[in-house]
Amino acid sequence: MSHEARASFLTGVRLGLPYAAVGSVLSLSFGVLAREAGFTPLQAIATAMLVFAGSAQFAALAVLTGGGSAAAAVAAGTLMNGRFLAMGIALAPSLSGGAVQRGAQGQAVVDASWALANRGDGTFDRWQLFGTTAPQYVTWALGTVVGVFAGDVIGDPARLGLDAIYPTFFLALLLAELRDRRSRTVAAVGSLIALALVPFAPPGVPILAAAAASLIGLARPAGREDA
Amino acid sequence: MTIWLTILGLVVATVAIKAFGPVLFGGRELPRAFIRVISCMAPALLAALVLTSLFADGQRLTAGAQALGVAVGGALLLARRSIVLAVLAAVVVTAALRALA
Repeated sequence: MSHEARASFLTGVRLGLPYAAVGSVLSLSFGVLAREAGFTPLQAIATAMLVFAGSAQFAALAVLTGGGSAAAAVAAGTLMNGRFLAMGIALAPSLSGGAVQRGAQGQAVVDASWALANRGDGTFDRWQLFGTTAPQYVTWALGTVVGVFAGDVIGDPARLGLDAIYPTFFLALLLAELRDRRSRTVAAVGSLIALALVPFAPPGVPILAAAAASLIGLARPAGREDA
Repeated sequence: MTIWLTILGLVVATVAIKAFGPVLFGGRELPRAFIRVISCMAPALLAALVLTSLFADGQRLTAGAQALGVAVGGALLLARRSIVLAVLAAVVVTAALRALA
C-alpha cells in the first residue's frame, strides 16, 4: 500500500466511525428481530457477517416473519440490493486490477462508504471506500452478536424507536450529496418515482427505479456546475 | 432449512450484484455523459431510500411516529450537528411519540 493509499484508507476509517456506531445499533435490532423470527444465534450472526447489507437483511426477514418462502425472502432482499448494481457500475472506472480483483473490491461497497468516497466528479477514492467500510463491517457483526444474546433485555426494537435509525442514517448521506441545484432536482425526481411506485411494485423496485432520475445528468449542466 | 437457504441465496445474489459493475465496466475510461449520470446516482438512490423507508410499509404508503422522529433528526443534521446526535434524537422522539400514543 502506497503512502497516499494508506492516508486515504485512514481518512476512510475516521469518516466511517460515526456510521459504524449507528450501524451497530441497527444490526443489534436485526439480531433481536431475527431471533424473534426463529433464527438461531449462528444463523443471525452468519447473515450479518456474510450478507452485510442492512436493507436486504431486514427485507428478507420481513418476508420470513410473514410466513414467506426462502425464494420470496431472497427475492425481496435482492431487490433491495438492486441499488448496489447502480453503485457498482458508477464505481467501476475507479477500480484497477484484473476482473476478479475488481469484483472482490466491489464487495466493499456499502451505502455510506460509496457516498463518502464519491468525489462528485464521477470518480471515487477506492482506498477511502475500503477504509470507511472496515469499521462498519466490524460493528455490524458485533451489533448482531449483542442483539442475538441480549434480545430479552432489550425488548421490542420498534417500541424503543430503533426503526428511526435507518432512515436518519441515509438522510445524513443524502444531505451531504445535495451540493447544487441539479443534485437537488435529481433527489426530488428520484423521490417522486420511488413513492409513486410503492403501491404497484414489490419493495426494493421503487428504489432501483429511482436511479432513472440520474439520467437528468445527460443534460449538459449550465455554467460552472460542470462535473 | 428455510433460513439457511435464505442466507445462502442472499449471499450469492449480493456478491453477484456487487461484482457486476466492477467486473464488466472496470478500469477503463467512460464517456463524459455517462460520468455525469453516475454523479447523479447518489442523490437519486439515497432520496428514494430515505422516503421509502419512512413512508412505505410493504406496498402501502403510511406515515407514523418514525417520520416525525426522523424529521427532528433531519433538522439537527441541517443545523450541522453530528449524525450520532441526529440519530439519537430521532430514536428518542420516535419512542416518546409511541409511548404517548
